[in-house]
Formats: sequence, C-alpha cells, structure tokens
Amino acid sequence: MSLDKEKIKHVAKLARISVDEAKVDSLTKDLNSIFKFIEQLNELNTDKVEPLTSILNQSLRSRKDEISDGKIREKILKNSPKKNEEFFVVPKVVE
Amino acid sequence: MSKEKFDYFINGEKGKYEVVIGLEVHAQVLSNSKLFSGSSTKFGADPNKQVSLIDSAFPGMLPVINEECVKQAIRTGLGLNAKINNYSVFDRKNYFYADLPQGYQISQYKNPIVGEGKVLLDMPYGSKEIGIERLHLEQDAGKSIHDMDPSSTYVDLNRSGIALMEIVSKPHLRSPDEVNAYIKKLRTIMRYLGTCDGNMQEGSLRADVNVSVRKVGDKNFGTRCEIKNVNSIKFMQMAIEYEANRQVELLEDGKEIDQETRLFDTKKNETRSMRSKEDAHDYRYFPDPDLLPLKLEQKLIDDLKKSLPELPDNKKERFIQEYGLNSYEANVLVSEKEISNYYEEVAKLSDKKLAATWMMGDLFAMLNDKGLNISNSPISAKNFAELVQSIKSGEISGRIAKEVFEIMVESGDNPKKIIESKGMKQQSDPKELEKMINEILSKNKDKVDQYKAGKEKLFGFFVGQVMKLSGGKANPQLTNEILKKLLKG
Amino acid sequence: MSNITNQSLSEILKSIKSKKISSLELTQAYIKNIENAKKLNAFVTTTFDQALENAKKFDNKPNNEQLLSGVPLAVKDLFCTENVKTTAGSNILNNFIPSYESTVTKNLWNNGAFLLGKLNCDEFAMGSSNETSFFGNVINPIGDHLVPGGSSGGSSSALVADLTPATIGTDTGGSIRQPASFTGTVGLKPTYGLCSRWGIVAFASSLDQAGPMTKTVNDCSIMLEAMSGFDDKDSTSINKKKETYSKNLKDNIKGLKIGIPKEYRVDNMPKEIDELWEKGKKILKDLGAQLIDISLPHTKYALPTYYIVAPAEASSNLARYDGVRYGYRSQKGKDLIEMYENTRSEGFGDEVKRRILIGTYVLSSGYYDAYYLKAQKVRQLIKKDFDDSFTKVDAILTPSTPSSAFKIGEKTNDPVSMYLNDIFTVPVNLAGLPALSLPAGLDKQGYPLGLQLIGKALDEQKILNIGYAFEKNCGYKNEIKKWWL
Repeated sequence: MSLDKEKIKHVAKLARISVDEAKVDSLTKDLNSIFKFIEQLNELNTDKVEPLTSILNQSLRSRKDEISDGKIREKILKNSPKKNEEFFVVPKVVE
Repeated sequence: MSKEKFDYFINGEKGKYEVVIGLEVHAQVLSNSKLFSGSSTKFGADPNKQVSLIDSAFPGMLPVINEECVKQAIRTGLGLNAKINNYSVFDRKNYFYADLPQGYQISQYKNPIVGEGKVLLDMPYGSKEIGIERLHLEQDAGKSIHDMDPSSTYVDLNRSGIALMEIVSKPHLRSPDEVNAYIKKLRTIMRYLGTCDGNMQEGSLRADVNVSVRKVGDKNFGTRCEIKNVNSIKFMQMAIEYEANRQVELLEDGKEIDQETRLFDTKKNETRSMRSKEDAHDYRYFPDPDLLPLKLEQKLIDDLKKSLPELPDNKKERFIQEYGLNSYEANVLVSEKEISNYYEEVAKLSDKKLAATWMMGDLFAMLNDKGLNISNSPISAKNFAELVQSIKSGEISGRIAKEVFEIMVESGDNPKKIIESKGMKQQSDPKELEKMINEILSKNKDKVDQYKAGKEKLFGFFVGQVMKLSGGKANPQLTNEILKKLLKG
Repeated sequence: MSNITNQSLSEILKSIKSKKISSLELTQAYIKNIENAKKLNAFVTTTFDQALENAKKFDNKPNNEQLLSGVPLAVKDLFCTENVKTTAGSNILNNFIPSYESTVTKNLWNNGAFLLGKLNCDEFAMGSSNETSFFGNVINPIGDHLVPGGSSGGSSSALVADLTPATIGTDTGGSIRQPASFTGTVGLKPTYGLCSRWGIVAFASSLDQAGPMTKTVNDCSIMLEAMSGFDDKDSTSINKKKETYSKNLKDNIKGLKIGIPKEYRVDNMPKEIDELWEKGKKILKDLGAQLIDISLPHTKYALPTYYIVAPAEASSNLARYDGVRYGYRSQKGKDLIEMYENTRSEGFGDEVKRRILIGTYVLSSGYYDAYYLKAQKVRQLIKKDFDDSFTKVDAILTPSTPSSAFKIGEKTNDPVSMYLNDIFTVPVNLAGLPALSLPAGLDKQGYPLGLQLIGKALDEQKILNIGYAFEKNCGYKNEIKKWWL
C-alpha cells in the first residue's frame, strides 16, 4: 500500500505534530520506502500464530494498597513551562 | 396487585419511537492509593497535592498495579453475577488532552477483567434484567478547570491515575426511569460490596450515556450518540429525554443522525457536539508494554467469592421470608446496606412489622427533613427498637410515641427514660380508668342522659374528656371498652 | 600514573584500592581529557564540580568494599539524574531537570561510583549514527569523519577516547552493541528485565534495556553486576537473586556448544565481515568449543518487525511530551491543540517525528491488524526460532554489524539503509535475550569490527565467560591516535 499526503497529514493530526508543507513531499517519499521495507512481512503466513503480548513469561506483579507517594507539588510543577502556585496552566481548551 | 404497563415512547408524526439506552458507568474504586501509583485517592485535597511523578507522567516513570484495585474489580464482577476472566490485559488508549499526562489512558480493551453479567431491576411493571457486557479497570484523568482564568485552562492532576471500573451495560434500558433504577441498583450493589462509595457529588460515579431511537417493532438499532460524563441521575434523565427527542425530530425530518460524542449542557438543558472529541474514534489501543498480562489464580477468585457479603437481592428475599415484610418494604429496607443493618438490629429487639412501618414512616421522614442518613441518625437502633416495643406492648399510644420520638431526636435519650421522666406512660389499669370515667360521667349527668336517649355522637365527647383528664395517656382501646360498658349500665 | 585513563576499569579500581591514585586525581585526569576532547561532542552536560566533590568525599573516607569504589562515570543522557539536566538528545527536553535518579544509575552510585557527565545520544535513542541528536553529531575517535554508531554514540566515543573509565547505554535494537562494534569496545545488552527501566527515558518499552559499555569483558561483568537487579518499581523487572558476574568470570569454555546461524550471512555482506566471523569461530573451536550449524529462519523479518513494534510503542511513549508539565513549549498557537502541534513539531527532530508517524499509522484504525498485530505474530516466530535453537546450543555467534563505522552524513538521506545497520542486533531485542558485542578485528581501512555472542535468557554469565576467553585469545588491541588533542 502507498501512503499519500492526505493520509500522512491525517496521521500527523492524530499524533499532534504539525507538518511543514515544504517537507511533506520528502516525508512521503521516506515513509513510503520504509513501508515498502516493512511490508516484506506480508510474505509470511501467520494465520495460526498467537501474537506475542509480553516477552516475559510471568504474571503481573502487584503492590500493596498503601499511600506512599504524592505531596510533592513543588517538584511536580517545577519543570512546567507555565504554571502558578497550584496548577499547570495551558491555553484555553474549547470543549 | 395490578401492575402498571411500561409506557415510555416518543410519538412522532410518522410513528411511535422507542428509546434504546446503554450506559458506561465509571465507578471510582474504593482504595487508599491509585491504580498504578502510591498517591492518595482522598477527595478534596488541594490542587496537585496528590500527584506522584507517575501520575504526572514524568520521563521514565512506570506503572505498578495496586492489588486491592484488582480485588475490588473482581468483587464487583462477582456482585454483578459476572464471569471473572483469569487472563486480562491492560491496553493503552491513546489521545491527547491537557488532563491526560501520559497522552494515553491505561485501560482494558480486548481482554477485560470481568465479562458478561446481569443486574435485576424492580420496576412498577415487574422485574427486568439488564445485561452487563463487561467491566474493566482503567485510570481516571485529571481535571481541567476552564473558569478560573479567561484565557487559560488550569490543570489539576489529583484525580489522574485513580482506579475506575467501567461497567458497560448492554443496550437493554428503555426509559429514564429504568436508567434511574439501574444506576441506583448498581450503586447499592457496590456499596454493599464496599467497592465504590457511589458518591455522585464527588464524582465517584459518572456515566457516559448511549442513546438511540427506533420505531417500535424495528429489529435494528438506530445510530447512537454518546453523551459524555454525566454526573447525576437527574442530568442523565434530562439528557436522555432531550437527546431522544432531538433524534426523533431529525428522523421525522428525514435527516440522518451522526454517530458522535455529545456533551450535556446543564445550564441550557441540551446536548451538543463535542469539538474536542473529533478524532475520538481512533484511540490506537495496544497492549501496554510497561505491564504484563494479569493472570488470576482461581483460588483468589474463589476466596473473594466466599468472603462476599450478602447482596441486596438475597437480602430482600430473606427479609420477606424471615421478617414477613412485603416486597415493597423489603426493597426499601435493603436499598442501602446501612439501612438494612439498622433494620435488622431493630427487628431483633422488637416487632418486625411495626419496626418496618415506623422506620419507613417517621424515621425516614425525620432523616430526610434533617438531611441526615441512617449512619448518623440521632436515634440509635437500640433506642428505636425500645420505642417500637413500647408501642407494641401498649405502654404508650401511637400518638404519645410521636411525642417521645420527637424528644428522642432532640435529646438522643432512651425512650424508657423519656416516658418515665415525663410521665408519659399510657394509663392501662382498668380500675384506675374506671374510677376516672365514673368521675367524668357523674360530672356530666345531662350528657349521659342525652347519650342514652340516642345521641350517640356524644361518645366522642366522653373520650375527649378522658384524654383531657389523663393528659392524653389513657389507653384508647381500654377507654373505649370501659366507656361503653359504663354508659350501658 | 600519567596513563591511568587509558587503562581498563578493573585496573583503575586496583589502583584506587591500593591507593596508587586517589579518586580526586583520577577524576581530575578525566576532566582534563574531557576538556581537551570537545571536538568529539560526546558530552551534553558535564558535572565536574559535583564529581570533584564526590571524589574528595571518597578520598576522605574511602570504602574499598564496593564494586566501583571512587570511580567517576559518564552515562548516556537517557538516564534521569537527580538535579542534573536530562535531555535524551532532544530539544523537547532541553531544559528538563529531573527530581529523581534512575534505578540503574542509583545502583552505580550505591556501588561507589559518581557522575562525571551526561553523554550525547541519538534523539530519544532513535538512530544508528548519533546524527539525530539535537546537540549535534558525535565523532568517532577512530576517525574524524566517522560516526561512532548509535544511539549510544556519545558513550562509545567517550569510552574509547578515555573520557570515562566505563559507561552505560541503552539498547532497543542495537544501540549498545553497534556503537561498541564501531569503536572496538565491549557492549552488552542484558536479558530484558535484568536491569530496571525505571527512570530511563523510554523509547520502546518492550525492547529497551540498559547495559554496560566497557573496554574489557571483565569490566563489563563488573558494571553489569553493579547496575542490574530486581526493582519493584518496574513491573517488567525480573525478580531473581543477584549474580556476582565478575567473581564468577571463567575462561574455560571447553565443551560449550556454539550455534552458527546460516541466516546471518546476508547478501552484499563485505567479505571481511565473513572473514571476521570465520576467525571468531576458529578461536572458539581452538578453545574447545563445539561449533554447530543452526537455523534462525525468520531472521530476515526481524528488522521489518522491529520497525513496526518500536515506532508503535514510541508513538505512545512520546505522547507525554506535550509542553504541559516539563520541557519545551512552543509560544505559537491559539489554543491547546495548536500548542501541542507546534510544541511537538518544533521540539522533536525529523527522525523522531518520522517514527512517531510510522507508529501512529500502524496502530491506527483499520491498519492495526495488518501491521501491529502481524508484527507481534512474527515476533512470536522470531522468539520461537531462538527457543528452538537454544535447546541445542549454549550460545550463538554472529557478526555484530554488517559493516564497520560509516562516514558522517553517508546514510542520513536514506532511512532504510540506516536501519539496515541494525540487521544483526535487532532480533535479540525482539526475543528479549542477552547479547555481547566483542571487538574482534579491523577491516582493511583499519576500522574496528565486532562479533556478537547471543545467550539464553538470563545466561549473561555464560556469554561473558565465552567473551572473556575469546578476548584473551583474539589479540585485538585498540590503538587510537588522539587526533583531537
């Protein structure tokens, strides 16, 4: 299958990356060559193969239900590009 | 008892429509800490005070699951008579939002922890079974606050990462009333189990409502709209009402319904399309590689099953059998675990039937008036039982009992003490009563003569006099008997 | 004394323990080397003051019972370090200062080492040449026109230029082994789950694994012992008893069965790679190992599989870089969505964006089954190939890379040819196995070439032992002209 510019723009929208119009052509070319390479997998019949969900053959380990974290607001907010004393601040969201 | 008929349809020009509703209920799991981090889940903390590096998705942070949340989901599944899956997988649901720090929500998609189950509703037109499609565990998002600043949105991540159970019903609901009954039943079951506090004001129970309409008799479902995050039963009912009518209008006008996510505007009382969910159909789910599949030992499930408390449906049956209550009474008394506990304590010490009547009457009315619930009732179950017993034994009359009840509410005192100290005990000694009545009769010879001459209305006058003289304490039944006897003689 | 920095970690440790050199002198020597090697661009951040402080502290109260007593170490800038800027080679984390320390680096510090600086790497570890870093490409000390490999290219460059006595990298598809091979050093990718991933900037969670990069196999065993271990903060960490790799290091490999997979002889492979492989086989055979021909039939599908799985996971792992809580935020854009799009577009470099798009696409509605699910099935087959082979052999010997270090800029315009560089390293990540890259010889230009030993899951000791024996008998010596001085 081949990826056209529209598809790439749609995927970029999903990934929240704005694509520079000037770069769309070279991006399209690169992605198509990568997908051509990836699609070698179609040679293989995998109908009867179980997909691998985890490389580790063990069950999920759990922790006790204890409060052991939090109360570090300063640390949490410290690196934020925009914040006030209590909150992260982002441009207005329209629902 | 004649049953009412189901009657919730929308009549259009071109036909009669039925409303099809499915709910995705998000119930906050009762746990001390979050699903994948050790931050507290307590409601009402200062902004961003219950946030760990994991909840705020710092680079390199990894989730570790809280065992209690898993158990709570299993308990809830068992309470919904559902199949518990020994193998389940956590997936990432990818989307961008300011209050979703990871850029994905850890949820369960193809392999949820709980499979199909059912919930039984008591409707005026009979009982109705609502199918449960699945229950899965997932993380809650944080909170975006839009009204603190005109140009910015503020983000509070205290809720980010708290465990939710998403309980998905089959599209079996057909009216706002059924939705009401369903939510209340779910809440009751989870409160019995102690898996969710069901507090809608605090957001512990919210729902996405899927609504579609179709002409009565149609086999296929109509196109549905999902109304997001409605947080009270009243709003759910209003949203369904509005949305169903909107859809019928569109159909009547020959227009199509877009499958979309809508928001219920509580100020305008209407639903509208949500711009922020434009690409909501492409969540790019895939198994979370930071977590492994959750494999449950059958023994864990069996042990949890054994330790499950008695659930409302079973308790109701038992109340009918054991306490001789009717179905309505039993329903009311099992509606909350605390109420049923209170009732059982009272019923053990007093007359079962009279206890039910007084609880559902005066006690509930008082709690309602005062905005209290049974757990903080000013009257203890033991005192309430004593009051019921005093009525039953004839020690006080129903009228006096109401007075005693009032004093109990104010003082919290034991009814025996109140009756004693205020001398409210019913006069039930026949000799004393006879003496009192003779006194009244001799004082009112003219009225006695009139009575005997046929003016039987005067009987009430004599009763009144007895009550007046006794300060209301004369046993009414006995008074009647003695009066009749003496007036004859 | 003057040449302390070109010695191996184990020799340096001996000198520290015997007080032939103080930790402070050692640290000062490395600082001097680093300051004279700015041309290599191996460092993103240096922490000299802090290192000197720690060295003095050690000298005042030396504790020689530790594995890494008094040794300064530079680490890949993918490990979060408390109060020290951590960039992952990206503009989007250009100003990020973690308040926490990754488990692996904490383990190193708990064993007596301390931080010397943070090493350049491909942006978010996505690259095979260290040319995708926001902080510029790194130069291979082997030659001023050569790439040092990637993504742990700052690490390989710094190590071979004597800017750190040993280092650690991360390996998602070869990011430790390929740069080790390009610089003539030793690099180990441990079994998935042996080293905690907590506090390491994630690229592809099911493949990422931290590991040591060292001058010798013995050094490698010391570093692995120090950095590995169970971590209850990582759900994919393996809970097992800690091993003492360095103490148990043996050079007797008599009777061990070494598998030689025929599928690793690929089309257009330079003759000298083939010759190197033959040389490796002969060394092991002469040491008493038994060579067994094996087949790993799905080898050629490993790279396509990897380029679905890794970008898919990355597209999700990198969604958190949105300019809200940390890192770069674009000032452009009128609402939240535009802020996201501009932040991510300006914050990420081209290769990272390319992989996010690939990953987003393969997971998107309508394509999941054809790509992601298919890849997870092929991954199962690749794992099974190894499982089957390891019923017959103790370890597998292959070349580490299909070529020696290439020229800067040579492959930047052709992503697929860049990706093909990882053809021998990627299968191991997909199967979660340990693999060791060993310097084994030089090509005709005099550039280093490496061989790879692949082990069973958690069989690090065995491949270290084989590597140890190989190293003693290979006669490889890294002789580098310090042209940058």
